[in-house]
Amino acid sequence: MSAPVLELSGVAVEYGRRGQRVRAVDGVDLTVARGEVVALVGESGCGKSTLARAAVGLEPLAAGSVTYQGRPVTPLGRRRRPDYLRGLQMVFQDPYESLNPRRKVGEIIADGVRLGGGSRAEGLSRAAELLARVGLPATAADSYPHEFSGGQRQRIAIARTLVARPSCLIADEPISALDASAQAQIANLLGELVADADLGLVLVSHDLSVVRQVADRVAVMYLGRIVEIGDTGTVWGSPRHPYTEALVAAIPRADGAGVLPADLPGDVPDPASPPPGCRFHPRCPLARDSCRELDQRLARVAGREIACHVRSSMSQACSRARP
Amino acid sequence: MTEPLLQVSQLTVALPTRSGYHHAVDGLSFAVNAGEVVGLAGESGSGKTIAALSLFGLLPRGARVTGSIRLDGTELLGLGSKQLRAIRGRQIAMVSQDPATALHPILPIGTQLTEHMRHHLGVSKAEARSRAAGLLETVRIPAPEAALRCHPGQFSGGMRQRIAIAVALAAEPRLLVADEPTTALDVTVQAGILRLLDRLCRERGMAVIVITHDLGVMSATASRLCVMYAGRLAEAGPTARLLGSPRHPYTRGLLDALPHPEPGSAPLVPIGGSPPSLGRVPGGCPFHPRCRHARPSCATDRPEPEPIADGHLLACPPDPLRAVP
Amino acid sequence: MRRPVTPVPWRRPLALAGLAVIGGWAVIAIFAPLIAPQNPLAQKFQILAAPSAAHWFGTDELGRDVFSRVLYGARITLPLAVILIVAAMLIGAVIGGIAGFFGGWADNVLMRLADLVFAFPGIILALAVAAALGPQLRNAVIAVVVVSWPSYARLVRSLVLSARSAQYVVAARLLGASGLRVLVTDIRPNAAGPVLVLAALDVGNAVLLLSGLSFLGLGAQPPTAEWGAMVAEGAQNFSDWWVGMFPGLAILTVVLAFNFIGDALRDMLDPRTARAVRP
Repeated sequence: MSAPVLELSGVAVEYGRRGQRVRAVDGVDLTVARGEVVALVGESGCGKSTLARAAVGLEPLAAGSVTYQGRPVTPLGRRRRPDYLRGLQMVFQDPYESLNPRRKVGEIIADGVRLGGGSRAEGLSRAAELLARVGLPATAADSYPHEFSGGQRQRIAIARTLVARPSCLIADEPISALDASAQAQIANLLGELVADADLGLVLVSHDLSVVRQVADRVAVMYLGRIVEIGDTGTVWGSPRHPYTEALVAAIPRADGAGVLPADLPGDVPDPASPPPGCRFHPRCPLARDSCRELDQRLARVAGREIACHVRSSMSQACSRARP
Repeated sequence: MTEPLLQVSQLTVALPTRSGYHHAVDGLSFAVNAGEVVGLAGESGSGKTIAALSLFGLLPRGARVTGSIRLDGTELLGLGSKQLRAIRGRQIAMVSQDPATALHPILPIGTQLTEHMRHHLGVSKAEARSRAAGLLETVRIPAPEAALRCHPGQFSGGMRQRIAIAVALAAEPRLLVADEPTTALDVTVQAGILRLLDRLCRERGMAVIVITHDLGVMSATASRLCVMYAGRLAEAGPTARLLGSPRHPYTRGLLDALPHPEPGSAPLVPIGGSPPSLGRVPGGCPFHPRCRHARPSCATDRPEPEPIADGHLLACPPDPLRAVP
Repeated sequence: MRRPVTPVPWRRPLALAGLAVIGGWAVIAIFAPLIAPQNPLAQKFQILAAPSAAHWFGTDELGRDVFSRVLYGARITLPLAVILIVAAMLIGAVIGGIAGFFGGWADNVLMRLADLVFAFPGIILALAVAAALGPQLRNAVIAVVVVSWPSYARLVRSLVLSARSAQYVVAARLLGASGLRVLVTDIRPNAAGPVLVLAALDVGNAVLLLSGLSFLGLGAQPPTAEWGAMVAEGAQNFSDWWVGMFPGLAILTVVLAFNFIGDALRDMLDPRTARAVRP
């Protein structure tokens, strides 16, 4: 595996709410290599979108660091973003918001070239090239965003990021606002781009099924922390963290068998006052008294890392028991 | 065979647009029996929501409706607004996608529940309140008595959807229409809601129409499924059969576009192109431009849903050359 | 993609009428010296003569041809109102843009300044400014500009604020755009529309204010043929209705025309009428 293109270390992000500081992300480590797709999954309130934004420099860090190709990712302020960060780009969730409705598509993409020092002519020719790359006709350059469907707009948004010849893309729920057909098309497009351009891709999604298809590694988040991280096949096939198990069991299968998905009782706690010790313990079927005291830390179990000391101590006990 | 609770026959809804009237729903027929969950599946533009709204007489102004919708023998189309108001909520109720807009943001939920109840059932205030608490308990809202005094904003998305379901149930309807009830919810929360709907259906003998594009949700809840495309019925039948061995190329395509159970297997196979928008429906079979098996006759001949097996309808001409999938 | 549809302007008869009216007045303003039958300042005719074939709009108390004066009045009111609004728009846009873009104390100071102006009814403040500067047409124009710029400032400020957090602006910044560049390339196209709508609707106001000031003696000074001043004269000669009514009608048509145009512009810009393709 090549050197990591994006490295997050101990990242914490806070926001203020009625005078309190609330940690949306609390101590996350993550590395992404070129040519690799890492998925960030989790439900509402887990902090995955905040983490994605922090990774690209849109949120200031309360703790920890983010480095891109070894250099620090400084949060976006009033000044221009440093040139060395140009290769770190983001694809947003809402294709209706991420394109300026009053500018032509060709201009929008060409802008990226001009910001990199190119001329307008270069910009427009590169725009035509990139539109073709994402599967849109060259004539699209003369049209306005509202003339396109959600899936097509998302392609345009992706084309815009490609202008910067990125080494790492962060996609924040890029397909959730799209139709089923468009979802599959965009997921495939992203997969192709990763392979062709050797991009690192961080894919944030609440749609676990698509992530399964497209991601090399998956990190499951709960209330601001990563609770399980490993190869997609491993995590999906045999989840070890109780939350991941619940997530996988909750997905309804389209097999006609009429099986109701498993329920996870309780609600996600308020991030302003997370449960003591392991944050998942109030809803966890394996919870013990010690879970209220011992905090979560990722430990290697069965080929991936999980933050559950019940399971990891069980596994250690098993491995110790073996001669 | 008992009379179905709801019988929709040749429902056609034409909506006015800038370029004239266009069919949002075209010749849709299906039936729902008491205690049954029927799914109406399709992508956007399939007409499923318009079909649902026509059950309530809540179509946009200027819509032209033909066909028949019989609820327990009573014809709903053509009823006056007073009669419709008596039916809405009492006989049929709706739960929609966004719980944030379904519930009044300022009124406490107790009021929203009891108001409904008292209007339709004519019970006293005290009786309504106790029933409301009972409903909240049925939908598993913790501390129901206290919850009656709270406002929707104090609850999470999943809880609000449960409350919206409680409001829909307040007047004890015979039929519940759930339009994308879990699309906006997290998957674990969705699981809870699906289980709730299933339990309500069994306990109360209520019929439910679930409308969604999510075939997984359909598979889990609906015993029968109607797949719609561009306002028309493409295929209908028992869920197990439709999802296990679909006959219509569109149903097949929808299933193929879903990720496989094994991770990392073949890339997702989307159906090329996109669903037609209102007024742009191709002639003949509406799916033919995107269909792998399309023949020249598909561009001109409009397929009607034909029964091909017990309870299984298919709107696609048989092709001796095409192997049965 | 879309089929060609009848262009929006043809579907709005009121806006077309408005454009026709303004167009007509513009032509009149340009060609007044050629069209007007008489010199607007010549006081040689019969005093207060009713409208007749010789004097279509009659004559005023100094024996001047009202028709010619109305035609010449267009040369003052129309260009001045437009210049005035353009000035207010530019000043307001710059101030609002700075306030919205930089925020902080600049925003506070500038917006409190705008609030100060808003606190007074327009005509009163305009009166005060015009009176302070001295009764001259130029000063009346300045007064109306002073009264008008805050609406633009507030509008532009809110447009800049909402655009700043728009995702397409964030995307541009991730590609290396500086804040200023984003302001020009991304925010301006979105701001231009609503500002123009406001301007179109505001010209009518400007005409009224300017005329009002002249009516009160603070704008155009005699013997200049300005509609507001002429209405003032008409107020002094009520029984000779033609003196005040025709200039009054002229003001009315111009204000209405600009209002129709502004309304149509606003409807055209409404995103609900934009033919978007949604999934």
